[in-house]
Amino acid sequence: MINKIVSTVNEAVADVFDGATVLISGFGEAGSPVELIHALVDQGAKNLTVVSNNAGSGHVGLAALIENRQVRKIICSFPRTSISVVFPELYRKGEIELELVPQGTLAERIRAGGAGIPAFFTPASVNTPLAEGKEVRTFGKRDFVLEYAIKADFALVKCSKADKYGNLVYNKTARNFGPVMCTAAKTTIVQAKQIVEVGQLDPECVITPGNFVHRVVEVANPADESKLVAEERRYPWN
Amino acid sequence: MELSKGWNLAQMAQNVANDIPDGAYVNLGIGMPELVAGFIPEGREVIYHTENGLLGMGEVAEVGYEDPELVNAGKKYVTAIPGAAYFHHADSFAMIRGGHIDICVLGAYQISEEGDLANWSTGDEDAIPAVGGAMDLVAGVENIFVITKHCTKSGESKIVKHCTYPLTGKNVVSRIYTDLAIIDVVDKKLEVRELAPGISFEELQELTAAELYMSNYSI
Repeated sequence: MINKIVSTVNEAVADVFDGATVLISGFGEAGSPVELIHALVDQGAKNLTVVSNNAGSGHVGLAALIENRQVRKIICSFPRTSISVVFPELYRKGEIELELVPQGTLAERIRAGGAGIPAFFTPASVNTPLAEGKEVRTFGKRDFVLEYAIKADFALVKCSKADKYGNLVYNKTARNFGPVMCTAAKTTIVQAKQIVEVGQLDPECVITPGNFVHRVVEVANPADESKLVAEERRYPWN
Repeated sequence: MELSKGWNLAQMAQNVANDIPDGAYVNLGIGMPELVAGFIPEGREVIYHTENGLLGMGEVAEVGYEDPELVNAGKKYVTAIPGAAYFHHADSFAMIRGGHIDICVLGAYQISEEGDLANWSTGDEDAIPAVGGAMDLVAGVENIFVITKHCTKSGESKIVKHCTYPLTGKNVVSRIYTDLAIIDVVDKKLEVRELAPGISFEELQELTAAELYMSNYSI
């Protein structure tokens, strides 16, 4: 019998190991699986390589994971916002590694990782510092840069509705990196606002089919990250 | 130079908007480019793409109606128009790289006379490097419009012979809209298409650190 539902976020992330590569969904706060990330802070796995578009805000969510010194390296496109404090401080001290990737290249590297494509050529970043040291090949009259797929040990993803088979739907622009990240991890862990009965999700509207997902946990009232940041909250909770 | 010369921000945005045709799919960068949406001439239907997964972006959300799961590329709370579509990031950048977005309007630190754009880093050692989707946009969208003040706050020309800041892309800019002129990049040459009121070609050239040509199509 297939039942991917686990009862707590702590149980969902219990086996994340030291040195793992972890994909974390979200574009800023939209789609960021704050409760799963906090469970990972509690769990304590270290030396993680995190792949996420941003590097967290304030002292909660991804910023809390970084502040707890669990992240050795981050692969991302935009590691600062007006309210990011944790990453910039550690980066300036040389205590966290950054691999800066154009946003579309980041999405495509993850998509490729999930689709069994080891590498691809993209026109983005040609003749810029981000292409330095990378293979360039000419197709037609244009140059393209070789980029490698990203595959991960775990993915932490937020969605709006899930069923026990792991079928997922998302909400608005909180979808962002979720669907591609689900495809590219050995273990994909999803927090859903609501878990529904099998059959309730219209198969025509399912965005992530269940075989890309391994665990689903219901978080009925997920935190608004921006609200936590505005209230100057910290995780572990201050 | 007198302050009264040249176009103000609204006029600059209007100049860009005038060049966006009916039916265009448009990506607006963060900051000054966002203003353009407010100036599209009546009767034209323009669909806005935001790279975080929405085609059919509407106006900024009203106070009290903000949805933290409905944001634009600048992470502002926005709305979606009737007929909008959501999609994931790989699809969004397939739209960009695959040539399905007609026009992208971006800001700039520097633009070279060959249409090179520098708009993501000033190379400042202390700055946290961040690139976002700019490199994908300039590589994938055919018409890259740049909207920017002609000079920096300290009076240096943003239009230069060669960019000294790290590039976003090479030979990518098609048209530059400044407070002083509208300039086309044609065959690696800067052709002035329109001068702002009160600005002469000679004055413009004096304020520009690259060679300018008067366009045959100038207004």
